[in-house]
Amino acid sequence: MPLGAYLTLAALVFAIGLFGVLTRRNAVGILLGIELMLNAVNINLVAFGRFHADLAGVIFTLFTIAITVAEVAVGLAIVIVIFRVRRTIDADHLDLLRG
Amino acid sequence: MTAEMLAFAGVAVVLLASSLGVVLTPNLFHAVLYLAVALVSTGVVFLLLDAPFLFGAQLLLYAGGVVTIVVFAIMLTERLVGQSIRQTSRYLINGALVSAAMFVGVVGFLVQMPPAGPRPPWPGDLTAAVGRALVGAFAVPVELLAVLLVIALLGALYFARSES
Repeated sequence: MPLGAYLTLAALVFAIGLFGVLTRRNAVGILLGIELMLNAVNINLVAFGRFHADLAGVIFTLFTIAITVAEVAVGLAIVIVIFRVRRTIDADHLDLLRG
Repeated sequence: MTAEMLAFAGVAVVLLASSLGVVLTPNLFHAVLYLAVALVSTGVVFLLLDAPFLFGAQLLLYAGGVVTIVVFAIMLTERLVGQSIRQTSRYLINGALVSAAMFVGVVGFLVQMPPAGPRPPWPGDLTAAVGRALVGAFAVPVELLAVLLVIALLGALYFARSES
């Protein structure tokens, strides 16, 4: 398959993830959308690295995977704390910092 | 139609369908299961791109670790609230418009891109090369990553500790 096919697939997954981030009310649902977007970026990195025979794409993907795990752990911990305090994880109701 | 094209088409359909499931299903738990399918099929895309090591890392870290953590979080919050959390969506049309515009913008760049040649062969064993690079040129970033993971673990523990 040509490089463009992989990039188009990644762009589609990214668009779907963006749609999830924009439309979900639930904070965990928003995090799931972010996961999809990060995955799309990983596909891009590996595809570019493969088609240029460059190892950096694979290495960067390993790094983003590890950082994503850390991000999810902290993000969900924050969600649980917010839930304890506010009894909701509806992002529309979390407007404590609204000016 | 070659076997690679068939495999790519199949995995693309599974990936896109499960991604749509993640953002559209009202049941949060089902959304996480769809996410697991999407993550595994992303790993299969890595396999198609001749990166079997990344497929393993994707399965272990993403499909194993992330999905487990999210399931735990959902179960904790549902236990606290005492009822199943339905997740609704809002601004569906606006979100679809923004996402479609983003996709069209990216594809606009892809169309202008000069056609890339066929993929060059990898010089030697990819997994061995990744291992050597991780302890060679990328040794310092890997150590920093280890520090980051420790910090993230401590931060998560600090946030989620009990009040007493």
